[in-house]
Amino acid sequence: MIRSGPGYAAAGFVLLFIFGPLIMVFVKAGGGVLPGPGDWAAIRFSITQATLSALFSTVLAIPVARALARRQFRGRGVLITLLGAPFILPVIVAVLGLLAVFGRSGALNSLLIWIGVPPVQIYGLHGVVLAHVFFNLPLATRILLQAWQQIPAERFRLAASLNLSAGQIARQLEFPMLRAAAPGAFVVIFALCLSSFTVALTLGGGPKATTVELAIYQAFRFDFDLGRAAMLAVIQTLLVGIVALFALKYSHGEGFGAGLDRVVTRWDAQSTLLRLNDALILIFAALFLLLPLTMVVINGIAGWSRMPAQVYSALWVSVTIALLSTALTLALALPLALTALRRGWIEVIGLFGIVSSPLVLGTGLFLIVHPFADPARLAFAVTGLVNALMALPFTLRVLIPSLRASEQNYGRLADSLGLTGWTRLRLLLLPRARRALGFAAGLTAAMSMGDLGVITLFADPSHATLPLQMYRLMGAFRMEAAAGAGLVLLMSSLGLFWILDKGGRGDVDA
Amino acid sequence: MKYLAFATGLFAATTAVAETPVLTIYTYDSFVSDWGPGPAVEKAFEEVCDCDLQFVGAGDGAALLGRLKLEGARTEADVVLGLDTNLTAAAAATGLFAQSPVSAEYALPVAWNDPLFVPYDWGYFAFVQNADLENAPADFKALADSDLKIVIQDPRSSTPGLGLLMWVKAAYGDEAPAIWAGLSDNIVTVTKGWSEAYGLFLEGEADMVLSYTTSPAYHLIAEEDASKTAAPFTEGHYLQIEVAGKIAGTDQPELADQFLQFMVTDAFQSVIPTTNWMYPAVTPETGLPEGFETLIQPEKALMVPPADADTIRDAALAEWLEALTQ
Repeated sequence: MIRSGPGYAAAGFVLLFIFGPLIMVFVKAGGGVLPGPGDWAAIRFSITQATLSALFSTVLAIPVARALARRQFRGRGVLITLLGAPFILPVIVAVLGLLAVFGRSGALNSLLIWIGVPPVQIYGLHGVVLAHVFFNLPLATRILLQAWQQIPAERFRLAASLNLSAGQIARQLEFPMLRAAAPGAFVVIFALCLSSFTVALTLGGGPKATTVELAIYQAFRFDFDLGRAAMLAVIQTLLVGIVALFALKYSHGEGFGAGLDRVVTRWDAQSTLLRLNDALILIFAALFLLLPLTMVVINGIAGWSRMPAQVYSALWVSVTIALLSTALTLALALPLALTALRRGWIEVIGLFGIVSSPLVLGTGLFLIVHPFADPARLAFAVTGLVNALMALPFTLRVLIPSLRASEQNYGRLADSLGLTGWTRLRLLLLPRARRALGFAAGLTAAMSMGDLGVITLFADPSHATLPLQMYRLMGAFRMEAAAGAGLVLLMSSLGLFWILDKGGRGDVDA
Repeated sequence: MKYLAFATGLFAATTAVAETPVLTIYTYDSFVSDWGPGPAVEKAFEEVCDCDLQFVGAGDGAALLGRLKLEGARTEADVVLGLDTNLTAAAAATGLFAQSPVSAEYALPVAWNDPLFVPYDWGYFAFVQNADLENAPADFKALADSDLKIVIQDPRSSTPGLGLLMWVKAAYGDEAPAIWAGLSDNIVTVTKGWSEAYGLFLEGEADMVLSYTTSPAYHLIAEEDASKTAAPFTEGHYLQIEVAGKIAGTDQPELADQFLQFMVTDAFQSVIPTTNWMYPAVTPETGLPEGFETLIQPEKALMVPPADADTIRDAALAEWLEALTQ
């Protein structure tokens, strides 16, 4: 077996890093202040939109993941990578891309007006959910696709020899798999959407779409009420903790046993009707996810020549931070995931990173650091660390199922061979988790690239990240140049993701 | 030996730095960006001060004040640059600021007699539109009655957003909630900051966006594009004055005073119009850049007294939320 010590150490580190600053803010404020009526409305709205967003993302991801799992076609790998792109885009780039398609003067409405149908209005709760599905459908799809790929090819062979129909396979193999995997995807997306601010406000169409994070902003900037800001951050964290514990409770699966890692062949899904079904699903998903991206690319190409040199120096800053975050995330996630195999609740600790309000976290860290050091000097380290914590939930969600499958299928064999500790990790767990590790590393790096470095208290003006530089261009009216920078960001994030993910899929056709 | 040489070098380097006094200025991020006034201001001041000017960027004006409150008397800042008249009373209440040594012939639409803060630029909030917009409204009531679409910023997270709140309140007082109720169907959406709103406007999501009367000057001067104008409103336009102040506990009091004096000279003021896209607080000898004469000139400047800003702001926000969440 693998010892739990490092896992507890990693969990302790995460808890310290998230709750230390929070406590610091409470101390500075001299205690907590209960939220006001406006804050409770924000909490209600946050829960509503996060629940709907997570539900739609997860449910819609099921047919998409199934179509990808049972079809082999040219360009499938590229499609899978591209479908992941919305998840890693900086919020504002993605919002502008979405609006170019679904906005008042977007492509969809132009089409509707042309065929004589009244235009649709995107701003409102449905717009918030649409945008969150756009961001998170790719993540849910990848998590489910990974779960699909963990059903060994031999199970499908057996099913074929028993002459099971696609529907029977769904009941016998796919539904149990989904029961184990879907709740996890739901929780991660719920946590992500709960702390949404820019997307929710912009597409929500006004102050009705006030989320907890915006309420925290108000408490901090408007009223300088640190006690209330910290209290709201605690409520946000508790909410995710509760939902996560529930989901984990209901997400236990039996496992499918070991296979020989053969390529899956799906004899059940060869009928024309099912082929057509999968093709249509993939086309719709690709249109939904790729049209807004195409708009980002078109605008980016138009602004390419107006991009100043600073964009490229910012690119290197961002790549460096991204690689730093990736290394940190894996260093934290691996021990946590190994411990989570026996102590499932430990995964919840990983989730806290994404919901801890960046504003409160930043303020607390600042209060800790400021008496001793110039915060700007720590900009790199703090940004890297915060990005690493933000990526921890996805990394765990991807790693844990993969490690669990290895332990379930080969654990007893490894025990009988006396494989323990580092040897077990090196010979059994890491090689079998390769795909998951590559995907998790790719996600972390790409996410970190796209992050605005929200902690302005630690900003180092001379080493701006690419998203910050892009934002500065926008703030200086240079929207075309910013669009160019957005394209650079999209390409570099996707590039990093592709390289790391590919590294993990080296054995895909073996 | 190598290490020794390295250590000596390091020591020499730190003493060399120590001989040059450092002036630390906290400001908002867009001031220090490569496209803001920061780089030119730094260069011009370092030519005359025999010092090292270091900017520290912190979000926007409100974030700047938040940071100062967090740091309290321990702050590293010698000068804080980038507060505006909605924040000066709260900033003064921290007790961190020292008397200003500056007096100048300000080109402000209002008389300036704040003892602590020195203004460096100013502007009017306004709705920016395409010049060919038909039936452009002449006031808030006309805008509310029209079916024009506008995009604005959230007052809780954005300086212009707060400016609009104060604008409507200053113009309409107790009638403000009715104005907001009338505007609610014109508002396409509310964004976190200025950049998002302006981006949405340029993408064609709205007919008008809340910005400044000076915004069209950017398009005209930097892009030779005369297609944007600001809509003159008969109620008058809300005035934003941006200021800087010296920290009382500074270890560089002379340098800080020197900087504030420098701030109202041509070397600083001539940089402002085409980097911050605001009016300079003191008109440079060479006048305003060509193109600024095309901008609308509001007939009336609106501004609530800075001392009342906090109370009015809280009431106005409550009304705004009430009207727009109906």
